[in-house]
Amino acid sequence: MIVDFVQNTLDGIFVGSSYSLLAIGFTLIFGVMRRLNLSYGPSIMLGIFAGTLLHVEFEAGLLAVAAATLAGAVLAGLYVERVCFWAIRRGAALASMVSTFAIWMQLEEIVTVVFPERTYPFPPLAEFVLEHGELFVRGDHLIMFVCAAAITVLLHLFLYRTRFGLALRAVSRNPAAAAFVGINTGLVLFAAFALASAIGGVAGYLIAAADQQITPYFGLWATFKGLIAMTLGGMGSIPGAIAGGLLLGIIEAHSGWYLGTEYRDLTSYGVLFAFLVFRPGGLFAQRQTMRSQLAERRV
Amino acid sequence: MTGTLLEVSDIATAYGNIEALKGVNLSAADGDITCLLGPNGAGKTTLMMTVAGILKPRRGSITLRGEEIAGRAPRHIVERGIALVPENRLVFPDMAVEENLRAGAFARNDAAGVDQDVEAMFDRFPVLRERSTQNAGTLSGGEQQMLAISRALMARPKLLLMDEPSLGLAPLIVEDIFRIIRELNEDGTTIFLVEQNAHMALQVADHFYLIEQGRVVFDGNPGEMEEEEVIKRAYLGAEV
Repeated sequence: MIVDFVQNTLDGIFVGSSYSLLAIGFTLIFGVMRRLNLSYGPSIMLGIFAGTLLHVEFEAGLLAVAAATLAGAVLAGLYVERVCFWAIRRGAALASMVSTFAIWMQLEEIVTVVFPERTYPFPPLAEFVLEHGELFVRGDHLIMFVCAAAITVLLHLFLYRTRFGLALRAVSRNPAAAAFVGINTGLVLFAAFALASAIGGVAGYLIAAADQQITPYFGLWATFKGLIAMTLGGMGSIPGAIAGGLLLGIIEAHSGWYLGTEYRDLTSYGVLFAFLVFRPGGLFAQRQTMRSQLAERRV
Repeated sequence: MTGTLLEVSDIATAYGNIEALKGVNLSAADGDITCLLGPNGAGKTTLMMTVAGILKPRRGSITLRGEEIAGRAPRHIVERGIALVPENRLVFPDMAVEENLRAGAFARNDAAGVDQDVEAMFDRFPVLRERSTQNAGTLSGGEQQMLAISRALMARPKLLLMDEPSLGLAPLIVEDIFRIIRELNEDGTTIFLVEQNAHMALQVADHFYLIEQGRVVFDGNPGEMEEEEVIKRAYLGAEV
């Protein structure tokens, strides 16, 4: 009993770390743009298919597949930025969101035209399993967790120790104030998109390598997981994205075990609903918003 | 002798169909404190935003020492030497005080000079040194105003634009802020000040303009118009 519970929690944390990465990408873009990018998952999916192409057609090695996945995700992400955000930056936030939905459909169509079969293989990264007593951990899940932790630390250093991180935080807090201290806001937004897409590319590679397969519906799946994890944690908050991803992973692991896999998604949507009703700011955003509102009102 | 630092001629800026500035002409002399006074909605902040490059004018020209800057991107204007202390201060509330200062130097590339200037700001405003690692949102209104002023100075501007620095501050703090403005000017910074607090503004101004409904309606030195008349017109406009 207790072993099952610990094992499920462990599985949840390891799988959840990939949700955390997806949510960090979402939250970075939302944080600086105040606009939602629904096409985030599909652009990662395009990158994974670029990796699959190298694997299936040219039997390329692990490193080449990983590089292609990353490059594909970044290029697709920047394409989304130019079309859905840069081109309509003066329009309503809703216009950007709807256009990212259109680009989502476009990316999915491109992939289904080029790759007519539904499912394609993706090369595994590691197939060892670590055992400790009755508990075990999949090697690729462990790698996923380590990568997620490393990216979180690097991102933190980047945001809080570099000039560019300072600019990014300034733009995300107040674009007008950032502009008149001399920050090139357009360039910062573009770079933030590239960064979020690269993180998404890493997450996509690790998830596809663990699943060892990819379908065009990965985009839908990744957008849903990332959005739910971000909302649970608090939109625009990076600690929130990490906590939200881990929470979602743990909820899924337990509900899949105790209630059956058919109830797994039902449970996570139920938790999302409960959060939206009782704690709409998520785990982290609420307090932060109140504090900065107070600060702005202060005389 | 003083030359002209900033020259604004025939500037018109609109929000959609509403023309907030309808051909504004004014100038700021090198080394002076120039004030722009006028009631709410007269276009004072719009003019500041246009000079700083945040808003693009429909027509007209803005020159800094003869160089055209109208319609340039804000970062070009900061690089040319104009820094803005915005209305409501707009510090970055969840960034540390020192980070706010460093953000103000973003257009500069001399790391050593920036470090030096951070120290200089801390020397000028010791309260900011005490709170250097605190988030700017935790500062009082007056401290936030000092931070907003220091942040603008970090760009080493030739011209400092200040948009209603007294807004929402207690009278004693307002006195402090105006003392700082005078000190900065004595240290050689040319200041262009937008205010509604005409009484305080007239005490520091070398020259002032009255703006009403998007047009400059008076231009002169303090003393050329009764202070009470200026105050009345700064709050309410002419037709009273």
